[in-house]
Amino acid sequence: MPEFKRPHALTDAYLHYCPGCTHGIVHRLVAEVIDEMGIEGDTIGVCPVGCSVMAYDYFRCDMMEASHGRSPAVATGIKRANPDKFVFTYQGDGDLAAIGTAETVHAATRGENITVIFINNTTYGMTGGQMAPTTLPGQVTQTTPYGRDTSVEGFPVKICEMLSQLDGVALAQRVTVIDPKNIRIAKEAIRKGFEFQKNKQGFSIIEVLSTCPTNWGMTPVQALDRLRSEMIPYYPLGVFKEGAVR
Amino acid sequence: MAKMTVEFDRCKGCGLCVTACPKKIVAIQQEKLNKKGYYTAACIDDDACIGCALCAMMCPDCAITVLGGEK
Amino acid sequence: MAEKSLMKGNEALAEAALRAGCKCFFGYPITPQTEIAAYLSKRMPKVGGTFLQAESEVAAINMIYGCAGSGIRCMTSSSSPGISLKTEGISYIAGADLPCVIINVQRGGPGLGGIQPSQADYWQVTHALGHGDFHALVFAPSTVQEMADTVTKAFDLADKYRMPAVILADGLLGQMMEPVAFEDVEIKMSDASNKPWAANGHGNKREHNIINSLFLQPTELEDKIKERFKRYETAKATETLAVAENCEDADIVVVAYGSTARLAKSAAEMARKSGLKVGTFRPVTLWPFPEKELNEACKNAKKVLTVEMSMGQMVDDVKLALNCRLPVEFYGRTGGVVPSPAEICNKLKEMGGIN
Repeated sequence: MPEFKRPHALTDAYLHYCPGCTHGIVHRLVAEVIDEMGIEGDTIGVCPVGCSVMAYDYFRCDMMEASHGRSPAVATGIKRANPDKFVFTYQGDGDLAAIGTAETVHAATRGENITVIFINNTTYGMTGGQMAPTTLPGQVTQTTPYGRDTSVEGFPVKICEMLSQLDGVALAQRVTVIDPKNIRIAKEAIRKGFEFQKNKQGFSIIEVLSTCPTNWGMTPVQALDRLRSEMIPYYPLGVFKEGAVR
Repeated sequence: MAKMTVEFDRCKGCGLCVTACPKKIVAIQQEKLNKKGYYTAACIDDDACIGCALCAMMCPDCAITVLGGEK
Repeated sequence: MAEKSLMKGNEALAEAALRAGCKCFFGYPITPQTEIAAYLSKRMPKVGGTFLQAESEVAAINMIYGCAGSGIRCMTSSSSPGISLKTEGISYIAGADLPCVIINVQRGGPGLGGIQPSQADYWQVTHALGHGDFHALVFAPSTVQEMADTVTKAFDLADKYRMPAVILADGLLGQMMEPVAFEDVEIKMSDASNKPWAANGHGNKREHNIINSLFLQPTELEDKIKERFKRYETAKATETLAVAENCEDADIVVVAYGSTARLAKSAAEMARKSGLKVGTFRPVTLWPFPEKELNEACKNAKKVLTVEMSMGQMVDDVKLALNCRLPVEFYGRTGGVVPSPAEICNKLKEMGGIN
């Protein structure tokens, strides 16, 4: 009888994330891909500062903690020393698109054979809901209490679109996990990202539009609705670049 | 026969599974709090469960296991 | 007798790193150490290693963290402003008990400063290399040969004590050319076979390893730090290195390291000719600081002079090591100015009460 159960690459630790936080779904998808490809023993994950800072307790592969923003550099160090292993990073908005922009862009343009999972929830979750580079115009956060004003705080950054301009990028795809159909698409994208890595064909980034019910001040289900009605129009889903770079 | 089970103390009562169920047979029970203080999800009509596992797919906590039915 | 080559300090250091099995180098150009990167970019791929010019010193130190965490010998190099950029990353490396080698070829500072030699990063590398309670091993070569020798030692001790190791050089040492002989070893890139803690893929043969410096429980973090400091105590007891010359009958002992030690040695010889009894003491490890050796060298001295290319940083450690039982004076030049032996000798004469 077919079963649905926790993948082996996910430990059975109780997840500390808020109820309804989509981190848990994405963690499971990464773990499922690792299981299906049979690469748990050959994978090293890099998790940095952010709500997922303790992801090293949730994945059963070897894990390294990284400082804020630097996961792509840490991943580069691991991968260059161990080119036949699988290396993935799991990063939030502030980590990837604020303090870590340089490392993100350069790992991408080098065509580093790594897989980057980018959790875009338009906010800094761990520290209590401050503005992120991905915060939408008009969005109220702890540091934009009157709503993000583009004349003061500028405009959100669209990472997939930006990185798709770089020759080293094999995959830049934006997905979401708001319903089972999109969860399936997200998992396929993550799988593609690992396959490009397996074939040493360049840098992959899967941007996952996610919710942060607590800092958005919503129930988990309301948060899914906000994602659908406000985030997807600004951050369209889809493939922005796909193809082996070497 | 398909069956969906929720691990009682792992569920956070977030309600995402409720939105995913095509048969609308998952709900948050209001009778008993788990040890973390949440009201948890439960299947309210086991017989109607088709084992699609969409609820389990939506669950951020891997709290749902599904036996039987089509994949 | 091993064959000698005439090499620049920076390049000798780089060659020695390869012979120590350094498999990966991540660095960024900055004067006066760019030759290390340039040399390794040519040589490293030929011996099976990986050279990568990083996008910044920050990125480079984080690449080192990743590489070191997977159990592979690796090195980065920079000069003063770049070392400042690296400090957060170095704290993470120390906090995760990882070995690596970091080269600082010091230049004038603070800020953008200048590109001439200096020793004004002493405090930074021995006392404040990053936030939190930790130390790095610090070696201070003073010849091109020592640039090579200290690198080999640095890799070995970094692995032994699971801590970062710094080679503290300066622009003079980096740029000068002198004969150097290398260990006659076949170059073999390091692997992680003797590092069961490394995060390099568990191969389904062991539990997964986690490389981490985050410990939210204060008592757990305290335990980790105390355990780390126990290793430091062993290093302090067994790994100090220093060279003392002509100290047995010396009234004044001159303490200096690196390039300055060579100038101090010339000054001491000049002073001897003027009738002063002067000895020299040259720490080769700055951390652990050779306290026992310094006290032994100064046991008959009446005064100590510390000479540095800074406003006086090591002089504090000299006073502490001697428990302030002797008067310790300081002479220095900074900003990239290199003192002459004559200037140092004048200071010695002033201290010795002769003109």
